[in-house]
Amino acid sequence: MTTQASTTAYPSGAGGGEPLLSVRDLTVTFGRGGRAFTAVDHVSFDVQPGQTVGLVGESGCGKSVTSLAIMQLLPSRGNTVSGTVSFAGEDLLSLSDAQMRDRRGRDLAMIFQDPLSSLNPVVPLGTQVAEVLQRHKGMKNAPAQKRAAELLDKVGIPDPTRRLKEYPHQLSGGMRQRALIAMALACEPRLLIADEPTTALDVTIQAQILALLKELVQDSGTALIMITHDLGVVAGLCDEVNVLYGGRIVERAGRHDLFARPRHPYTGGLLASIPRLTEERGRRLTPVPGSVADNIPWDHGCAFAPRCASEIGVCRERTPELVPDRPELGADRLLRCHNPLESNPLDDAPTTEESGA
Amino acid sequence: MTNPGPAPDLTPGVPTPSTTGATTDPTPDARRHGALGALADRKKKRIDALAEAGTISSEEGVSLWQSAWRRLRRDPVFLIGAVIVLLFVLVAILAPWLAPHDPRARDLIGQVTPATPIPEPQPGYPLGGDNAGRDMLSRLIVGSRQTLIVGVLATLGGLAGGLVLGTLAGGISGWVDTIVMRIVDVMLSIPSLLMAFSIAALFARPSQWTVILAIAIIQIPIFARLLRGSMMAQRHSDHVLAARALGVRRPAIVFRHMLPNSLGPVIVQGTLVLAVSIIDAAALSFLGLGNPDDSIPEWGQMLGKAQTFFNTYPHIAVYPALCIIVVALGFTLMGESLREALDPKSRR
Repeated sequence: MTTQASTTAYPSGAGGGEPLLSVRDLTVTFGRGGRAFTAVDHVSFDVQPGQTVGLVGESGCGKSVTSLAIMQLLPSRGNTVSGTVSFAGEDLLSLSDAQMRDRRGRDLAMIFQDPLSSLNPVVPLGTQVAEVLQRHKGMKNAPAQKRAAELLDKVGIPDPTRRLKEYPHQLSGGMRQRALIAMALACEPRLLIADEPTTALDVTIQAQILALLKELVQDSGTALIMITHDLGVVAGLCDEVNVLYGGRIVERAGRHDLFARPRHPYTGGLLASIPRLTEERGRRLTPVPGSVADNIPWDHGCAFAPRCASEIGVCRERTPELVPDRPELGADRLLRCHNPLESNPLDDAPTTEESGA
Repeated sequence: MTNPGPAPDLTPGVPTPSTTGATTDPTPDARRHGALGALADRKKKRIDALAEAGTISSEEGVSLWQSAWRRLRRDPVFLIGAVIVLLFVLVAILAPWLAPHDPRARDLIGQVTPATPIPEPQPGYPLGGDNAGRDMLSRLIVGSRQTLIVGVLATLGGLAGGLVLGTLAGGISGWVDTIVMRIVDVMLSIPSLLMAFSIAALFARPSQWTVILAIAIIQIPIFARLLRGSMMAQRHSDHVLAARALGVRRPAIVFRHMLPNSLGPVIVQGTLVLAVSIIDAAALSFLGLGNPDDSIPEWGQMLGKAQTFFNTYPHIAVYPALCIIVVALGFTLMGESLREALDPKSRR
């Protein structure tokens, strides 16, 4: 594989062993010529077997496009995907449609944001779960239905045998997301991509779904890529966190390190914008100023510079590279910034465990 | 709660606690306590109801069509349409037994004179006769059969053709889509009735079947375009993306995930097209492109024959026209409410 050539710039993660998924220089461009827009720009990261990796960022930073590109689900017309995505030694980007289709659902699976619209409204739940089993495991309908009931039971859906005959609109939001998780995990994939799986759910259900995901991932040893804009989700679930901004990774750190010592001003801004129980009531939240529309292109400097509080002159002149941060912070911390934060913006910050709760 | 008066109110067995508490105790104090008891009871009931709502209902799951049917049963518009359609179908099936006379028998031929070409209504013949002395009522009743056959068969033909073309275009897309849709566009660019005339006129011997064929063909592009459009919308829907993310094969995606979700508008169009087919069939018969044998009555053909006498005897045109209008209205009402009931957006 070509991973050896390009890994030099990106020291591999702490796990050491052969990564399950290795994304190198993944670039996704929409459109062509002058109107081309680079949604994902040379993104590289590794996922070890059983590891949970978070992709974090605000809307439009390229996190969902990254996941769709890994799954090869982007429409082929008008999009250019380059780089390598090697999964267990195979480059997914070079596979044919049919080969990729065999892997989706069996080796890699994905769960989506909106559990209602992700289920087929006119097909009973049992048929939808059984379909995956029939497709990848060659099971006949009757045993597949039986297995589907077991799967629904495993994800905590009560009375699964009766639920098999029900339609998606008869289930609650949490129930639907559980069903989707059951479908995604039906064939015990080695990698699961969860694209904001809790966004459409209310807070108590969010906690249940996250706990369920954590449990299932730990039980089966499935690696998980968690795509989210919710740092609370990250704190509770992820081993390693990649912060994306404008299509590029701007900071990578372990979960504890990231919350204890955010180095990129954007990460610091995200953390500072979370409401905290310890501060006095009525205080205004501290948002990251500006919006994604204020970005400058990465070729002319740091895309975050116009919104950055610690901007210095060089920020608009030279593009920062993603390089290892100071050695005393650990070898696996990467940072893309000319003027990183020296102190945690949350001086009175609660501990990591509290912010994740 | 020291007053014993409202005590029975708290027991669930008493059905109307407030009235019993208020009427059996004459003192105002007791009445107040009774009201309080009723309030407590109502609160308790509400909590019970809430608890019931929290548990899983034990009823069996209902399908999309079952829930649509539940809504339709209460929809007055649908019921009116359904009654009209049902009556029409029943009349068509039972026509030979319902018709008081043989529609071919020239019972009133003796009353047909050059001065009075149309026999007046008379006992036994409530709507009178036509210019050949045949009973008007019997002809209208028996004529419903032709109308039903033509309407249903033409719609089914158009539906079948439209389903094939629409699934090809929407399911495969790419160059198949382009070719199919350009053909459909050409067909749509010709006014539909004009095209139906042209197709019907191609045949040397017009018959009921040429009418059905002509009307079926002009419905194909509408069905095809509709199905293709809603399949295109399904192609980009989240659940199709989710199915693709699970590695589901393309035929399964097209036939299990896209087609069933796209059929709603097509089925609705089908009921609406039934009305259009009936009107178009009447138009073709009216213009003489239908069955030339007028011994088998047909509403459009009766309308066509009536135009000669329309100035002096308008009723012989009004009766078949009314039949066509009412039946077409019935199918339209039914189709419209079916569309509403099947629309997932108006679902709770």
